[in-house]
Amino acid sequence: MTATASPNGAPGGSAIELRQVSRWYGNVVAVNDITMTIGPGVTGLLGPNGAGKSTILHLIAGFLEPSRGELTVAGQRSWRNPALFARLGFVPERDAVWSFLTGAEFVVATARLHKLPDVAGAARRAIEMVEMTEASDRRIATYSKGMRQRIKVAAALVHDPEVLLLDEPFNGMDPRQRLHMMDLLHAEAGRGRVILFSSHILEEVERLSGTIQVIVGGRLAASGDFRAIRRLMTSRPHVFLVRSSDDRQLGSALIGRPAVSGVEVTPRGLQVRTSDYGAFTREIAALTRQEGIRLRELLPADESLESVFAYLLAS
Amino acid sequence: MLNPVIIALTFRATMGRKRALLFAIPAVLLIAISALLTAVARSGSWPPEFLGQFGFSVVLPLTALIIGTSVLGAEIDDGSVVHLLATPVSRAEVVLSKFVVAAVLTIAFAAIPEYLAALIAKGPASSLAVGLAAGALAASVVYNALFVLLSVLTTRAIAVGLLYLLVWEGLLANLVPGVGLLSAGQYGLSVANSIAHNPALHAHVGLGTALVMGVIVTVVCLTLCTRRLAAFSIKGDAA
Repeated sequence: MTATASPNGAPGGSAIELRQVSRWYGNVVAVNDITMTIGPGVTGLLGPNGAGKSTILHLIAGFLEPSRGELTVAGQRSWRNPALFARLGFVPERDAVWSFLTGAEFVVATARLHKLPDVAGAARRAIEMVEMTEASDRRIATYSKGMRQRIKVAAALVHDPEVLLLDEPFNGMDPRQRLHMMDLLHAEAGRGRVILFSSHILEEVERLSGTIQVIVGGRLAASGDFRAIRRLMTSRPHVFLVRSSDDRQLGSALIGRPAVSGVEVTPRGLQVRTSDYGAFTREIAALTRQEGIRLRELLPADESLESVFAYLLAS
Repeated sequence: MLNPVIIALTFRATMGRKRALLFAIPAVLLIAISALLTAVARSGSWPPEFLGQFGFSVVLPLTALIIGTSVLGAEIDDGSVVHLLATPVSRAEVVLSKFVVAAVLTIAFAAIPEYLAALIAKGPASSLAVGLAAGALAASVVYNALFVLLSVLTTRAIAVGLLYLLVWEGLLANLVPGVGLLSAGQYGLSVANSIAHNPALHAHVGLGTALVMGVIVTVVCLTLCTRRLAAFSIKGDAA
């Protein structure tokens, strides 16, 4: 099986496109007026539990009908369009697999359902990709949660899809399995695949994807590069941890600056609050040179997604 | 239109569950009671009564209910159906393949035992055995189309199916004349009667009507089932 051309070359342009998509159940709105475009690379769908992440993935995969709005994958509507699965792989969150099969049988069966020309070869490659070759002759019932997740990914990748959707792929994985899965998704994104995964765990998204779509309360709260989103929120003070050759001198020099709203000396160094991310990072370099202080470390102290999240939730 | 992968998977899944032991219970009962009656009963008139009534309104529908609701319903319940549906296989192919497995297993666990029980009671020369086997075969097909549909419509397919069997097939089809027109059990008995010609089978519907109605009910059920599966939705926000 030859690799498909870059997903950008797919007719219909962008890989995944949602235009003003809403989904409600009776009076409950699960997803509200979401417009987003997702292209090649890894994109994280981030949000707290119940925010609507799974609903969005189900909508994209065609396992839910949008109540309103338009949704296309590779230029095609996904609802009631099983043919789309030739170009789409979906890894559901639920652990249910045909556990009476061995890992290899599961991937081979999936390859045959896709009517691939080289079933054995495709299955072998997919199983190698997730490093499950050794365990592939064991029944899935005997697998750990992480192994199940990997064999599900192998089945979803067996037909070499342009788009791969994963719902909470790191749930129940130990740190080593997480790292392995992250490497795998990175590598697959490097091959031009569109990878969209959901997570409520901030550090997963932070590590894996530069691009995020933050979902809060069924709405798209923010979208784009994770750090850029953070920077856009200028109204919220950013906190930096600064270590230098002379923290006290640097601290008193910083206090007078308009971009700095607070300085605190802590055992770990100076904790500086600023309301202007850009101005502060430019100024501090000039300031230390001017004062003859050596800057040892400049760390954004709250650049984790947790703080982005808390901010988004509060606003 | 049939998918060998789905057939193989469904067969393994259905026979691999503990529920599979249940399939054999009604059949074993039917054969055991027939053997017992053959040994002790003084009159020879019991076979059409017993195999017609107990066979067609208990053994066959119950077996079809357990099998028909599990071939697709079990996967919908536990969520593994998503792995099947996340492929380009047409939903009609999925439904038809599942239905064929259910019908074949019901034939194996109910129609063939029905034939064996009649053989024990009446010997190989009897037209009753052939008639009952043919009737059970026809009823297996119709019942399973209905129960596969039911399993896609509701998560409580077994309860709804039992209610239908008790009230509609068990009560109304025997008491209210017109209801027999929409009774899978009656279609089966009608086919059986067309071969065995035995009034003790209590077939109320003519053969032509039974065949036409049987085909219509089967096709309508499978079509509705396909439509419903094509609009399969994963419920709720799992996150």
